[in-house]
Amino acid sequence: MASLKEVRLRIVSVGSTQQITKAMKMVSAAKLRRAQDAILALRPYAQKLQEILENLSQSMGDAGGKYARVRPAEKVLLIAITSNRGLCGAFNSNVIRTVNRLLADKYATQNKAGNVKILCIGKKASDFYGKNAAVYAGNHNTLFAGITFDAVAKIAESVMADFANEQYDRVEIIYNQFKNAATQLITIEQMLPIQPAAKAADKAKKMVSDYIFEPGQTEIVLELIPKSLKTQLFKAVLDSHASEHGARMTSMNKATDNAEELIKQLKLSYNKARQAAITNEILEIVGGAEALNG
Amino acid sequence: MYLDIITPEKKLFSGEVNSVKVPGTDGEFQVLKNHAPIISTLQKGTVKVKSAEGLKTFTIGGGVIEVLKNKVILLAEVV
Repeated sequence: MASLKEVRLRIVSVGSTQQITKAMKMVSAAKLRRAQDAILALRPYAQKLQEILENLSQSMGDAGGKYARVRPAEKVLLIAITSNRGLCGAFNSNVIRTVNRLLADKYATQNKAGNVKILCIGKKASDFYGKNAAVYAGNHNTLFAGITFDAVAKIAESVMADFANEQYDRVEIIYNQFKNAATQLITIEQMLPIQPAAKAADKAKKMVSDYIFEPGQTEIVLELIPKSLKTQLFKAVLDSHASEHGARMTSMNKATDNAEELIKQLKLSYNKARQAAITNEILEIVGGAEALNG
Repeated sequence: MYLDIITPEKKLFSGEVNSVKVPGTDGEFQVLKNHAPIISTLQKGTVKVKSAEGLKTFTIGGGVIEVLKNKVILLAEVV
């Protein structure tokens, strides 16, 4: 059995670890709230934009413009969204595993030809793929310091430009979709080319004819598509950010519980050791007294 | 007439207004009560909102406006 002092030191050290994990959990809970608010704030904008776009493009057929052009997927860009920090369970490794699976299965031939690039948002992905110059296409790790639509829009713009001049034939985003604080859903979303909008309800058709369009229906759609793409990427980043804090909260909660359990066990063995020491001492004293009497 | 000005990050304005002047791609125009339904893209400029409380202006970097049955929704990008 470990000595009394050793056990006491371990209890102290586990206790301070527990304090750290508890604090991290609190911080993540607070940040999660803010991240969730950001998602909620985006929703009306995204919904309305989608609604207008769907109404318009439905009556227009397939005039989706240069971002809707489907080419054989020879050159692929994967946008991997992770976090800058660890200690959030399987959050980052899920993204990396999914990207690796895409590289090995779906885009195996393109990968062999060196035509798959990975754009990393978040330090964990860029740490992992940064060493692999064949696939690494840069990172945007500073984004999470303060997520703004502008900053995300700039990334989306450069990706859209690359797609338009045929540097890439397909762009996919891999990120953790935010379900709730405890659940993250790993998601692969095609960003470019734009997929035709799912056929909306019939009521949409009627609306179109009543509107005045300025400058014209096609022009409006062409202007709205880049906006909707930026919104899509922005939403993915916000989702991932909220998921990160959700994941960290859960894993830190678990760590705190584990520390609690560990402290309990250590305390038990500490008390056992203490009692054994006391018993020993009494035995010695009694033994000594016996010797004097005898 | 009810106006919502929404950006990807927050709601800039929401409330009852008398008129709103926007920088349309084809030129500035004003939306008053009972305006015909319209969808128009907007360019960089200022949006002027007149309500009972007075005049309010917002600078936008582009966007789109939809007017339908005295409900105006302005999706804006901030600059």
